[in-house]
Formats: sequence, structure tokens, C-alpha cells
Amino acid sequence: MNQDTIFAGVDVGASATKVALIDAGRRLLASDVRKTGVSFEACARESMDAALAACGVSLHNLAGVYATGYGRHNVSFAQATRTEIACHSRAAHHFFPRQITVVDVGGQDNKIIHVDAQGLRKNFKMNRKCAAGTGAFLEEVAQRIDVPIEQMDSLARQAEHVVHMGSFCTVFTKTEILAHLRAGEKVPEIVAGLIESVVKRILEMDPLSGEVVISGGVVAHNPVLAEMLAGHLRHPVQILPNAQLAGAFGAALFAAENQSGDS
Amino acid sequence: MNTERKKPVTFKKINATNKMKEIMELHFRELDEAARTKSRKIAWCTSVGPAELLRAAGFLVYFPENHGAMLGSTRMATDLIPLANALGYSPDICSYLTSDIGSYIKGESPISKAYPGISGPPRPDVLVYNTNQCRDVQDWYYFYGREFKVPVIGIETHRGVGDITKAHVDSISAQIEALLPKLEEISGKKLDYEELKRVVGLSRQCTDLWKEVLRIAANIPSPLTFFDGTIQMGPAVVLRGEQRAVDYYRLLLAELEQRVKDGVAAVDNERFRLYWEGMPIWGKLRELSTQFAELNTCVLASTYCSSWVFPALDPDDPFDSMARAYIELLIVRNEAYKERYFDAEIDLYKIDGMIFHDSKTCPNNSNNRYGMPERLSKKYDMPTLVLHGDLNDLRCYSEEQARTNIEAFIEQLAEKKGR
Repeated sequence: MNQDTIFAGVDVGASATKVALIDAGRRLLASDVRKTGVSFEACARESMDAALAACGVSLHNLAGVYATGYGRHNVSFAQATRTEIACHSRAAHHFFPRQITVVDVGGQDNKIIHVDAQGLRKNFKMNRKCAAGTGAFLEEVAQRIDVPIEQMDSLARQAEHVVHMGSFCTVFTKTEILAHLRAGEKVPEIVAGLIESVVKRILEMDPLSGEVVISGGVVAHNPVLAEMLAGHLRHPVQILPNAQLAGAFGAALFAAENQSGDS
Repeated sequence: MNTERKKPVTFKKINATNKMKEIMELHFRELDEAARTKSRKIAWCTSVGPAELLRAAGFLVYFPENHGAMLGSTRMATDLIPLANALGYSPDICSYLTSDIGSYIKGESPISKAYPGISGPPRPDVLVYNTNQCRDVQDWYYFYGREFKVPVIGIETHRGVGDITKAHVDSISAQIEALLPKLEEISGKKLDYEELKRVVGLSRQCTDLWKEVLRIAANIPSPLTFFDGTIQMGPAVVLRGEQRAVDYYRLLLAELEQRVKDGVAAVDNERFRLYWEGMPIWGKLRELSTQFAELNTCVLASTYCSSWVFPALDPDDPFDSMARAYIELLIVRNEAYKERYFDAEIDLYKIDGMIFHDSKTCPNNSNNRYGMPERLSKKYDMPTLVLHGDLNDLRCYSEEQARTNIEAFIEQLAEKKGR
């Protein structure tokens, strides 16, 4: 395959739409991340256009496009779709080609995927209907304490202790925060407690055996989450390179494999 | 550019269904007429309750759980449940119960929509429960007992049963017999024991035929889906003990056997064979069956449809055999028995994976809650998937999450089989 051949993955997620362009050597060439709007198709196109512009190529130059994420079936310019479970596990196995447990903390759901040494999924779990303990939880409660979402990581690192929350339910937690503020707790300690709530939600989903790799936008912006998870598990947790792009990157890998006949 | 667009799915019609619709309509019209003219006494009965006894005692029998399923499949349930919640019936309890009570309060029923001229469920003369499904049926019937000022009687089952002992059978048999004085008082006549034997015999024939219908799905490809089963089970639930149910399943079985001879698959190009554990998601049968068909996957067997298979029924020993039949059910058995049951089902139907429906308001019929999927997955190196939802309350169901879970599950099966 020509090394100039370019493949794309589009991940239309609940919170953000991501595009990754890769070459035949599976190297990331360009990417785009933007908030998912009300039109999945338009957002995917805008995101693709931005990534293509960064790479200096056009859509017709691409050798393959695969779509993933909640809006995957709305991406009319994609050749095929794969679920986000498939794409996150594919991307994770690309960087960690051995038996791993993939944890994806997304905008609306958490996924835990056990992948064997050959990259095949052994089993997976998603959270229930409720988005408690996911990225949406952090976004909602950050607003309640007037903390810009991008500052949560640095605030959590300033915490002298963690204010343990009794719940990962957004509604209950908002009320609980009021009680903690009344009791004199400071924002950094509360923020640390909120991120710990997401960790607790992950831990109740699965025993998380073996080597754990974490992906998704939440950990990309809050790597402290991986450190907290590692603390609870008492072993290291790896963050996937370009963690927020993992779904899009995995979709691009599927596009490349389809072209080369690997899949 | 998308080269993977799905082709529209066409479902193969089961011709016998027209006959089923006919006999089901007749059932509801008979009940309605009896309620209006007072020509026959009417008993409301749980789906796995002592229906045979009630028929033999001269009652026409109406099944509120069947009404619950109708409320679910017509998607009326979700709007009606809050009416019962407001009366103090929790959104966490059986959504058949809450939607049925909501239907009563609002005066809206799928029966009247399906069968013009019938105003709704027939007024009962007695309500007879068997708690083998759950304790909720008892509370459900007490609601109507208070509303209609009629007696509520029933059978309290054993639960978590391992090996069935004589003591189990004796205690249930005695409870069934103890219903008789009240039933005879209401009907105004003594039970004809020969009639009971006849009804139990018909019930046994019905259940044997229904079992054959379900087991035909063991063929590859399967001529029947679980979703077909949820529709076709109607007569086994509400007409068990009547000749017309026996006649119907003979007709259906012949058609399905012909499908097998002709190599007709319920799902075109059957790639994967799945087992459904737990309650149907009644309001989503169409969407789910379509998605699975698009994925060339046949969900072909279930615990649910097998709930009306009673091999223990014996016309020569009606009371004890009814008792045994009603405690042989999977729903009242212990976890070890259930695991053995699944072992046999996995082997019989040659399945590739299992879907466990964790039904929010039906814990008794959700067998994923004590590690069963994990144990079976490990034992058979077989993927399992837990879908979170509910039998009737669609507020507990996320369409998009379910679709993604199912799609990812099929991807996983395809990876496993290298297809």
C-alpha cells in the first residue's frame, strides 16, 4: 500500500465529534475535535473538513472512511460503521498489543472491554441507561460549583484531601455539594471527590483485571482520573495516546485494515 | 459512499396466525358477553395459576398478565404507569401491575382498541392468584378485590426450590384443593372431577404441542424466532385447557415442520443463534426483531416462552400434577437448578451467545443478577450480553444504548467466529 494513502475515522459521540486521519503506516496525520451539535451529519462534515484542511487533502483523496459513535449511522460519507466498543478496543490494542482491559469514559457512557492478546474482544460492558458517573456527570456538577470543565484536573491536584461523595448521581450530588460547601469544604477537595465518583462508578462495573488502559475525552482532559483509578486498583493505569481520539483512531484503523484485507 | 447500508428486512408471515387471532378474539368476546349478561362466572387468574381448576369449576378465565403484555406491546403502558404510581404503587414494582391499574383508572384498554364493542377487561367474580410468578400478583389482585368487592384467593408458592420433594408437592396440592369451597360457593356447583381430568388432559396436550413448537427452533436454520414465540404463545397462556388451543398448536406445528422441510429460515442467512433470557421488552419487539434480522441473527429460544410448558400435568392425578407443574417452573427454582437448565438449553439450541434482559421491575424473571451471565460465559467461552430495560416501562429503556450494545455484541460474535 502507498504510504501516502490516507484513511479517516469519524467518531460522532454524545458530547464531541472527533475525526482522525492516518496514513498507511497507521500514524496520525491530522485530527479535529468539536462539540457535537444538533445535526450529526453536519458536525461530522465540518469536523472532517477541518481535519482534511489541516492535512491539505480532500475527501476524495481518502482511501477509506469508517464512522463510529452514537451518530455513526448519520455519517453518509463513511463507507462503513463500527461501534465505539469495537473502535476503542481496536485503538487500544494498536498501542498496547497484548491482553488488556480497556476503560472508556465518554460523554454519556462508560465502557469496559476485555481484549485478548490477538485484539479480539472477550466481553464488554456499558453503563446502564443513566449517565451517572460519566463525562456528563462531571459537566453538570462543574457548572454547579462554577468550575470551568478544563480546570477540574488542576483543581483536583491542588486538593489536600478528597471529599468523598455518597453518589455518582448528578442530581443527588448537586445537593450533596451544597452540604459540603456549608460544612466549609473547599472547591479543590470537592472537585477531587467528583472525579473520584467517576472512578467509583467504573470500579463497580467490572473487577478490572490485568493491564488497564483508559481512553476517552474525560481522561484526556482529566488525567488525574487515571491516577485515582490506579490508586484504587493498586497498579498502574495507562492512558491511551490521544485518548479523546481513540474512537476515531480505531475507526480509521478499521478503514485501513479493510483496504489491506486485514479485517 | 456508504457501502454498508442495510437492506430492508422482510418478515416471513406465519399463516396460522390468522387462526390465532380468530380464537383470541373469540376468547375476549366470550368473556365480554358473560360479563354483560351474567351468563357465566368469571375468574381472573395468574398466567401460571390454577387455570385448569377454574375452567373445570365452570368459570370463564381472564388473565390480567395477558392484558399487561397487551398494554406493553401497544405502548400504552408507559403513559398509564404513573397513574398507579400516584396511588402509591411504586415505579419499582411490576410494571404489568402498574400499567394494568393505570389502565383501569383511566378506563383505557388495548382490548377495546383491538376488539371494537368491548369496553375492556370483564368484571371478575373472583380473583385467583399463584405467587409462583412473584408476590406482586397478589397485591395486584387485592387492588381489584377491593375495587370490585369480590373474593381474592390464591396459592403461595415455594421459592428457591432445588430438588422438588413430596412435601413441596403436597403443600401446593393442598392449597389448590383448599380453593375449592370458595370457588364452588361462587359458581354455585360442585366440581366435576371428570371435567377436571378432561381439562388437565387438554392442558397437557396444549403444553406438549407448545413445547414442540418451541423446540423446532433447534433446527438450523431456525424456522421460528423468540419474537414469533411471544406472539404465538397467546393460546398457551389464555386458552390452555381448551380444545381450540390444542387444535391451534397442531396447525402451527404443521406449518413450522413444513418450513423445516423446505429449509425456510425465520431470519435470512442466519449467521448467529442467540438465546433470550428474561421478559420480552414488549414495546420494542418490532425494533429488536428488525435489528437482529438486519444483523442476520436469530434470537430463537427463551426462558420466557418456555414458562408455559408443563410436562408434569397428568389427567389421572390432577391436583398433585398441577402442583408439581407449578413448582417445576424455572422462576421458582434455585440458582443451581437454573444453571443446569441453561446448560441443557445451550446444548439443545446450539447457540452462539445469550442475551439477558435485566428487567427493572421484574427481578424474579431477570436471571442476570447473581452472576449467571459471567458463569455461563466462562463455562462455555460464550459471549453474553445484559440489556437493561423493562417489560412494560419504557422509561427504563434506552433505545440507542440497547442498539449499540446489540451491534457490538454481534461484532464480538463475528470476531469470535472469524466471520
